Amino acid sequence: MTIIIGILAVVFLVMTFMVLSKTQSLLKGIRPTEAAADDNGEYVDDANNFNGYAMFGFWVLSVVGVVWSFLHYRKDFLPEAASVHGKETDYWFWVSMAVITVGFFVVNTLLFYFAYKYRFKKGRVATFYPHNNKLEVIWTVIPAVIMAGLVFTGLKVWTDVMADAPADAEVIEIMGKQFGWQVRYPGVDDNKLGKYDYKLTNDAEGNEFGVDFADENSFDDFVNPSVMHIPAGRPVLLKIRARDVLHSVFIPHMRVKMDAVPGMPTKFWFTPTQTTDQARAELGNPDFNFEIACTEVCGRGHFAMKLILVVDDEASYEKWKREQKPLLAMYPLLIEKVPTNLKAKAMKYLPVEEGVDPVVAEEAASTGGAGSQAALK
Amino acid sequence: MAAVAQAVEAHAHEEQHEHHELSFIRKYIFSEDHKTIAKQYLISGIIWAVIGGLMSVVFRLQLGFPNLDMAWLKPVLGQWISISAEGVGKLDPNFYLALVTMHGTIMVFFVLTAGLSGTFSNFLIPLQIGARDMASGFMNMLSYWFFFLSSLVMFVSIFVETGPAGGGWVVYPPLSALADANPGSGIGMTLWLVAMALFIISSLLGGINYVTTVINLRTKGMSFDKLPLTIWAFTFTAILGILAFPVLFSAALLLIFDRSFGTSFFLSEIYVNGQALPNQGGSPILFQHLFWFLGHPEVYIIILPALGITSEVIATNSRKPIFGYKAMIFSMAGIMFLAFIVWAHHMFVTGMNPFLGSVFMLLTLIIAVPSAVKAFNYITTLWRGNIVFTPAMLFAIGLVSFFVSGGLTGIILGNSALDIQLHDTYFVVAHFHIVMGAAAIFGMLAGVYHWFPKMFGRMMNAKLGYAHFWLTFISSYLVFFPMHYIGIAGFPRRYYQWSGFATFDSYADLNAFITVAAIISVAGQSIFIGNFVYSIFKGKKAPANPWNSNTLEWTTNNPGHGNWVGEIPTVYRWPYDYSKPGANTDFIPQHIPYSATPESNLAHENEMIADEKEIEKIKFDVNIPD
Repeated sequence: MTIIIGILAVVFLVMTFMVLSKTQSLLKGIRPTEAAADDNGEYVDDANNFNGYAMFGFWVLSVVGVVWSFLHYRKDFLPEAASVHGKETDYWFWVSMAVITVGFFVVNTLLFYFAYKYRFKKGRVATFYPHNNKLEVIWTVIPAVIMAGLVFTGLKVWTDVMADAPADAEVIEIMGKQFGWQVRYPGVDDNKLGKYDYKLTNDAEGNEFGVDFADENSFDDFVNPSVMHIPAGRPVLLKIRARDVLHSVFIPHMRVKMDAVPGMPTKFWFTPTQTTDQARAELGNPDFNFEIACTEVCGRGHFAMKLILVVDDEASYEKWKREQKPLLAMYPLLIEKVPTNLKAKAMKYLPVEEGVDPVVAEEAASTGGAGSQAALK
Repeated sequence: MAAVAQAVEAHAHEEQHEHHELSFIRKYIFSEDHKTIAKQYLISGIIWAVIGGLMSVVFRLQLGFPNLDMAWLKPVLGQWISISAEGVGKLDPNFYLALVTMHGTIMVFFVLTAGLSGTFSNFLIPLQIGARDMASGFMNMLSYWFFFLSSLVMFVSIFVETGPAGGGWVVYPPLSALADANPGSGIGMTLWLVAMALFIISSLLGGINYVTTVINLRTKGMSFDKLPLTIWAFTFTAILGILAFPVLFSAALLLIFDRSFGTSFFLSEIYVNGQALPNQGGSPILFQHLFWFLGHPEVYIIILPALGITSEVIATNSRKPIFGYKAMIFSMAGIMFLAFIVWAHHMFVTGMNPFLGSVFMLLTLIIAVPSAVKAFNYITTLWRGNIVFTPAMLFAIGLVSFFVSGGLTGIILGNSALDIQLHDTYFVVAHFHIVMGAAAIFGMLAGVYHWFPKMFGRMMNAKLGYAHFWLTFISSYLVFFPMHYIGIAGFPRRYYQWSGFATFDSYADLNAFITVAAIISVAGQSIFIGNFVYSIFKGKKAPANPWNSNTLEWTTNNPGHGNWVGEIPTVYRWPYDYSKPGANTDFIPQHIPYSATPESNLAHENEMIADEKEIEKIKFDVNIPD
């Protein structure tokens, strides 16, 4: 790659010098006219023709450069969309791109061609052509019609993407903080996210989300897996918030982006179409991972707010969820925050008291979870 | 015809103030003369552009060559370069953000608002409408010195220990409000806000003056339909500024309250540094609305003067009337109006109500229509012209190309559905750098090359101008065009480095290429600065009208205080009578009456000869009151 650029640069340089020396030699013969023209306030100099040629030359080289670079670099454009709406927006992106590419080439070609074609020639008089209402109307209407078309398709897609999430959507909370993403799942027992209050946030006690344990929905919530899991094939609703400054959830492959705002929860729902394994197989890259990034500047570590996103098939997703330990189980001291009347209910999530067998904490949590699920049924 | 031109100068004109000499300080420093103030703005703008440009080189080095040893920058950047055990120097990520922030602030406000509008509105409004000076020379002086004060505060902020503001030029709270969240949000941010408050005062003083002057001080016969498009552009720009800047002022003021007096306009439910803050009920989104209510008109405040300058330069050097003079005015008026109602397209994915997103998408795409009309009109002006490639003309054509290329990608970004993926990626960076960064800088450079002879009485070296143009034009495209590719691949803005993400771990070659091109384009500006400084003192003496142009400023040679010796010329015709069929010369300046050009008059213009007596009878008090 570097070599190609280097070669191109050299070629361009050589061509520039060739054109320059050519113009110089051409102009040597006609120098005298310059002096003659000078006294009349005439200011057209010997470089005028060169500049005219160079205008068009620049554009020809640019077209070559644009086409070549587009073909060369397109393999990394818009990585394969892995969500339903992503395929839709990608389609309209390329449609719009086609429209503006036509505009780009046509308008720039006219601009540079006219610059070259109508460069100063002694004795020629420019055409006095101050206005033409018909032309003005034509080129007001054409962009207006094209814009209208793009607006209406865009509106439709936008409305669909931003519509309320379907009722069966998997709800997951994602919270931005300096500098990382934290996720909270509603838990397998009640499948409801417990309330939170930012004033209850306490990193030292393990309550990074400010989960309110006066709400019994909180008891089975689990947080902060090292990677975020979501199911493929059904809607996922992200409840997005931030606890310090603005962040923005960006999942490039899912075409998901939404700011995380302190004090104002936001949301974004999407339907993943591919599991991580399927994507890996398709790309032939066993190390491939979906990633979540931050796209709202949030300070020193902005560029490093990464969270790996794993898209599972339904069965593995449910299995994974059951394996997770509720927040209460990870930080048993949080039981202090539970009001007395609910203590009994909360107790079963604590590993030590609840564990039937004196096994490792992980298993205890999962049996606890499964047990209570059975009890609820 | 020439006799008419001289006739006005024959009147001996007595004006006392022309006779008593002003002291050095009043003449060059605390000057009330619009031309001096314009030069002050221009030179300040150039100094700021150098600072802003060099900053971009530093962060481009970081982005293009993430493993580069920056220890050699230690003598300049001091504590912001940390030296590892192996002796490798790394740029501090906080300072990287500060550089990005200051680059944006400096370029948008200090170079392309003050440096562009401040220079050319000041210089051209009185000269082109035929006035002796601005409506209030004193306010004009205040405007510059408030700007100077603002510059000083902003400059000082670069050197404070915790660094300058680092939350992006948009300074979104809570990041910009919490020193705990970002060191730049401490004293650096305080200074930023103070500087911006002063800047807004300066901008308002200037803008009110421009509008007042255009409305009240036009010379005899200079009706609105005879104004050069530059003046229309400057007027619309000033109106935009007057209506939009106060909103930024309110945003800045409320942010100051939040930062220093414990209010909660923009802050709510924040837990930072191990502590829950008491602020509740504020909305960071409110700040974004207020910011972009200025921020979006601001991009038109930047581009409209550049477009006005381009109109003038292209018409003059194509030796043709500008095509669609009225359409140009209406499209600028349309752009001005729409500029106020599209701001929230910067906020499609901020959590704003999606319905609002739909409305703003509709309004945003409408603005493409008047913009397209302008581009087509420029191109039709070139068509069948007799184009003289002065350096100014080259830059003006470059501007049109940038305006088209950059404007087109706005159609994609203005579409909220497509913006989801592209928001805050390099696609946006590419878009606005081309359409308002490069285009506006080209407009400014075109203006400098074109009006330098009138500003300093000397010519700039044209050959160096051509070299400067080609180098800048090619390298600017090489910098900003590849950024589209990086953006389409999803690379986010304001990242210190991308290699942490597998998704963004490509295009290292492209980023290195951009950095090299950026260094070339910044270095290339030394040709311009050298030419500029040299020509001020040693340039060839300029004739009164070096480009054979029609507008009034070319009727006065080396204008002193008061601009015209003797009476101000009367205006009889529009400014674009170039290559008129039948005329003896290929240009007929505005002060030539139709009665003097029977050979080239159109039918309706012969009828206007009767009105000339009326115009001459008008009695204006065009003298400076003091």
